[in-house]
Amino acid sequence: MNVRRTAVTLAAALVALLTIAPLLWMLSVSFMARGEAAQFPPPLLPAAPGLDNYRMLFDSFGVGRFLANSLLVSTLATLLALLFTIPAGYAFAKLRFRGRDAIFRLLVAALVVPGQIGMLPLFLELKAIGLVNSYAGALIPWLAGIFGIFLVRQYCLSIPDEMLEAARIDGASEAQILRRIVLPILTPIVITLALFVFLGSWNDFMWPLIILSDQDLYTLPVALAAMSREHVQDNELMMAGSVVTTLPVLILFLALQRFYLSGLLTGSVKG
Amino acid sequence: MRVAGTAREARAGRMMSAPALAAIALFFFLPAAASLVLSFTDFDIYALADISNLRFVGLQNYERLVENPLFWKAMTNSLLFVVVGTPFVVALSLLAAILVNSHWLKWRPLWRVALFAPYVTTLVATAVVWRYLLHTRYGLVNYLLSLFGVGPIDWLGSPTASLPAILLFVGWKTFGYSMIIFLAALQTVPRELDEAARLDGAGWFMRLRHVTLPAIAPTVLLVSVLTVAAMFQLFAEPYVITQGGPAQSTVTVLYFMYEEGFKWWNLGSGAAVAFILFLCILAVTFVQLHFAKRGGAI
Repeated sequence: MNVRRTAVTLAAALVALLTIAPLLWMLSVSFMARGEAAQFPPPLLPAAPGLDNYRMLFDSFGVGRFLANSLLVSTLATLLALLFTIPAGYAFAKLRFRGRDAIFRLLVAALVVPGQIGMLPLFLELKAIGLVNSYAGALIPWLAGIFGIFLVRQYCLSIPDEMLEAARIDGASEAQILRRIVLPILTPIVITLALFVFLGSWNDFMWPLIILSDQDLYTLPVALAAMSREHVQDNELMMAGSVVTTLPVLILFLALQRFYLSGLLTGSVKG
Repeated sequence: MRVAGTAREARAGRMMSAPALAAIALFFFLPAAASLVLSFTDFDIYALADISNLRFVGLQNYERLVENPLFWKAMTNSLLFVVVGTPFVVALSLLAAILVNSHWLKWRPLWRVALFAPYVTTLVATAVVWRYLLHTRYGLVNYLLSLFGVGPIDWLGSPTASLPAILLFVGWKTFGYSMIIFLAALQTVPRELDEAARLDGAGWFMRLRHVTLPAIAPTVLLVSVLTVAAMFQLFAEPYVITQGGPAQSTVTVLYFMYEEGFKWWNLGSGAAVAFILFLCILAVTFVQLHFAKRGGAI
């Protein structure tokens, strides 16, 4: 029994190590001196770990600016998505109005339509409004989050109607009910949704690549992709850039993984 | 009381859902529908400058695409990603889920989060990392292979190795997501069933085929449908790792659409590509559902 236990655990440990090896290697190489990684066999640890690559990124490549752009866009995307999605999700679950169920069925059906289908017309639409090459343009797709509405609605369905009815009899307005009674109950799903949108907008590449043409507005992934095309040889520098890009979301996920994984399962059983 | 309450309720419902519905109508449904209309026009850089240059051209964009070898190359590549990549990712994530679900495993949450971690990393950042991991001379992948006596593979320089190279990256990046879904399904398979089969002398593979797989068939279908859609939507991977090369061996449909639309500003033709992509995803999903129904999975 014990042998079996050790064997299975060892196998899992090996697979896990293999899986995170690219991330560990990225971190290790980011501390190496220039050109150090380009040897055979490839060195696993830096001979003299230093922060030169990071210093160069922030001093000469303006990565601080891109980091600030990413933080700004992701934070605003998260706040706006919550503001639009939570009331709608609650309304679809608990407030009866004409056409509600038909609209909701339409939204669920639309979940199979990939967002890229409308990318070219959306670009033209935003060009007409004058939002191309602006933070606002990068934020727009996050307002139209069907998946978030679905997530909040599923969670709201478990709220007992009697609770809302009692508040109505006590004279609370519908807005007060949402703010004072429903919102506190929703805390876990709000965290989940916020995490999804923050990570999603932070990691997003295609849309910001299309809508942001001014380099000063670039988010980290767009800037990193541009840098990596110009500096193919600067292995160590690019690894430091990758660390700056991916470490914030990785840490955020590790801190809040419980919320992330439970939301992922709610989302996957939608079919 | 109840009637008045309902009118109030309906008004509140409409007001609370209106902002989100307006945004979805304006920025999701309208562009998706406009994509179809746009695909029947010759919208290009001249129309972008002055809309009066725009003409309806019927099916001309589609006809031109059919004659464009690069379009067919992109279609073939994307289909290859779907046909080879889907079973690869589904198998990878199922095996990982079975390992993590094992009755004998210690510290399960630790391994689960380690295997899931690549999924939440930034795609562009890890694609940059993998470009170096796959380096012919200094990459860790070829170093590991050399330990087993496999000669250096020119992952990113050879048109036959580039697609597997990107699949390797995509598999690593995404298997954690499907693994979590499989794990939830595996937990609903009664342990007694597996134990009974084991006592009857069924080996690991026999139990996987005759006990586990039938029990989680709907989940296998769900994961395959999601993976197919994801494989059709590869863009950043070839953009960062191979730039579509070598010899256009990793130009995907979405990559082709991006270049058509935003490099050459042929927005009419790009919209036609987007629409074809949508039909492809829909068609493959229906075929999967059809076979699943016939096979009795759902």
